[in-house]
Amino acid sequence: MRPQSEAELAGIIAGATGPFHVRGGGTRAIGRPVAGEVLETGGLSGITLYEPGALTLVVQAGTPLAEVEAALAAEGQRLAFEPMDFRGLLGTSGAPTIGGVVAANVSGPRRVQAGACRDFCLGVRFVDGTGQVIRNGGRVMKNVTGYDLVKLVAGSWGTLGVLTEVSLKVLPVPEAAACLMIDGLSDAAAVGVMAQALGSPFEITGAAHASSGVDGHPVTMLRIEGFAGSVDYRAGRLQEMFADHPVRVERDPDRIRAGWAWVRDVERMHDAAGDVWRISCKPSDAPALTARLEAGTLLYDWGGGLVWALMPEGTDARARLGAFDGHATLVRGSEASRAALPVFQPEPAALATLSAGLRARFDPRGLLNPGLMG
Amino acid sequence: MQMPDPNPDVIARKARIVARLQKVLASDAVIHDPAETRAYECDALTAYRCPPLAAVLPSSTQEVSEVLKICHQEGVPVVPRGAGTSLAGGALPTADCVILGVARMTEVLETDYANRFIRVQTGRTNLSVTGAVEEEDFFYAPDPSSQLACAIAGNIAMNSGGAHCLKYGVTTNNLMGVTMVLMDGTVVELGGAHLDAGGYDLLGLVCGSEGQLGVVTEATLRILRKPEGARPVLMAFDSNEVAGACVSDIIKAGVLPVAIEFMDRPCIEACEAFAKAGYPMCEALLIVEVEGSEDEIAEQLGLILQIARRHNPLELREAQDADEAGRIWLGRKSAFGAMGQINDYICLDGTIPVSELPYVLRRIAEMAEGYGLQVANVFHAGDGNMHPLILFDANGGELEKAEALGADILRLCVEVGGCLTGEHGVGIEKRDLMSDQYGAADLEAQMAVKDVFDPDWLLNPAKVFPLDASERRRSLALAAE
Repeated sequence: MRPQSEAELAGIIAGATGPFHVRGGGTRAIGRPVAGEVLETGGLSGITLYEPGALTLVVQAGTPLAEVEAALAAEGQRLAFEPMDFRGLLGTSGAPTIGGVVAANVSGPRRVQAGACRDFCLGVRFVDGTGQVIRNGGRVMKNVTGYDLVKLVAGSWGTLGVLTEVSLKVLPVPEAAACLMIDGLSDAAAVGVMAQALGSPFEITGAAHASSGVDGHPVTMLRIEGFAGSVDYRAGRLQEMFADHPVRVERDPDRIRAGWAWVRDVERMHDAAGDVWRISCKPSDAPALTARLEAGTLLYDWGGGLVWALMPEGTDARARLGAFDGHATLVRGSEASRAALPVFQPEPAALATLSAGLRARFDPRGLLNPGLMG
Repeated sequence: MQMPDPNPDVIARKARIVARLQKVLASDAVIHDPAETRAYECDALTAYRCPPLAAVLPSSTQEVSEVLKICHQEGVPVVPRGAGTSLAGGALPTADCVILGVARMTEVLETDYANRFIRVQTGRTNLSVTGAVEEEDFFYAPDPSSQLACAIAGNIAMNSGGAHCLKYGVTTNNLMGVTMVLMDGTVVELGGAHLDAGGYDLLGLVCGSEGQLGVVTEATLRILRKPEGARPVLMAFDSNEVAGACVSDIIKAGVLPVAIEFMDRPCIEACEAFAKAGYPMCEALLIVEVEGSEDEIAEQLGLILQIARRHNPLELREAQDADEAGRIWLGRKSAFGAMGQINDYICLDGTIPVSELPYVLRRIAEMAEGYGLQVANVFHAGDGNMHPLILFDANGGELEKAEALGADILRLCVEVGGCLTGEHGVGIEKRDLMSDQYGAADLEAQMAVKDVFDPDWLLNPAKVFPLDASERRRSLALAAE
């Protein structure tokens, strides 16, 4: 099914008798496999409103992300939350949609400074599991009018409703960027360096560490962005701060972009066999947690607050991690792994009850991506 | 302002309810003498008052849980209260309710500079959160005008903003986790020291839910390293339109000031008379503040001033030192006090798309004239969050007229693509206008969330939603007792 309008989508859901597998571009094949008729949002496409002077964009949910990014680039703006492209990691094809980005709350390296996708979502329209069209939020920067269902829907993977339109806050592309690189740090030392940088006044917009970089050796990366003079200044101050280490500074914009896309899209693990786990944790806990994991390859983003771990197929990473402040998601796993292990971190009983209650209210017949989140 | 009739059955059981509360709290933490409950009869929306059945001041999450269990069993509505600074009536009691104040829960539980967060009990005031980390040159970003007095609990309930949220975001963008007690006494942890949700983003849902989903007792807040410096520049223009266009151009140019504040002539005059900040007399003033090192500040201000000059400003005043910077902010910061000197006022909080600023300011002036009232505007222009101050004489019986003008202005905000409230919350003040912004299904979806968290509709039940929209749910809950 591929409705061409919100009204048609609402009609399809209202009259449905069986479950749907809701799909934007189909590039984020994450979660428990869903048995249901494919319901595509690609027919709901196009930019509804774009006001560069107000930093706001209203766009149909099925619009390809590339189209959104091109429109923004033409005005020197961008999605500051830097959404990850999952195609390489998951081996999927197709074109990611903006609705898919929001439904999965996909945020990249800049999350650590600018905020997550959900922080840039100003408003949504969606169709719930009864076929009702629901609006929440709007297109203004500050809005506390009623409950924030925008945040609830962002990251709900289409299980509470099918997004039809999203309003986003966008930001100007900065004039310049620099990337500082330190080679050879242990994971623990790297997390320390990143904490020190993130705790400085120099506005780090990316802090990542690969235990095995492009050349196979450990590399720690710090990104700064802004006006050229300011970038120069901060790069200098950071070099002073880390005078004990040999710091390389990259200023070429293309190489910086490619380097951070490598981090954002977890390129290190694209062609490597095994399951890929995504762990969200307190940054300083990361080294101890990963020591327990015994993973093959590790990539730390968000100063250590986000860890990507390549594990042998079928390994229960949660069993190795034990209890910790955060959660682990099995982002890439064989069907056997995904059938055997919960994809999303099981919630404590009281929260699971609330989540189930919300699902029962928004999708009482269990039609929308049933079971995807567990 | 209509409030539901108190439940006589609850009022009749007052003695028993108070006795049960006294069993789980310190004796001075249960306030039930009518002479003393009056201290809780209103918040900063002082036009409406009603003493509660009782007020309780628990000291821990455990005590909050005990209180809520009792109130849940007894079917007593609970109105959570931070510092009582709500301008929207978010903490207005009903005669059958227990006010649950978190004012005694002010401790810092943990500061973690390596991971950049602080964990506090939510009765702590906004400014004292920054106070707790200032020594290490860190700060907590959201800065509502009431930050000296307002509590983190209320900030979370209303998703408060402030002058500097153009750069740093509002409460929800700086809140990492909470400990919350549900109406039945269940304690839940949402979020923590990590950066995203493992399942549904319940933390994002709770922030801004006006104390209707649970009582937040502890919060993990993101703290940031202080910038090396900050400096404001003052710009005077001869029309609101030109000032509005200048704001838009600054934003578009890629500068991200930490604040862009706007004041119109009535506000400038009042502030000048009150604070004598030395503002130029003009139609519109902008205060734009940027941060960074000396050179970074100079670079940004250079660009901003270049943009401003294209709009033929009457005056551009760059702060040369801390003293001048202080004077530039002085008038703005005393705006509300200045207005209070002249008259009673209602402070609105509608937000509009920045591009609509000139039109909306013109329409507000026309509407005010129609009502024979004066409106002064002072607001966060960078994000379109307006604060029209409607001046009126309460003793002259002008309150109703002022409220009617306020409602018209808020409808105008919605009409141009904005919303009723940008940072103060709905409370009772904007409750009955919710239907102007949202359709029945939109409100139904929000109320369904409350059904999940508080099935009996006991937490702050008469707020946020128009009474007729929530009536069925509230009366069902009553009947179920």
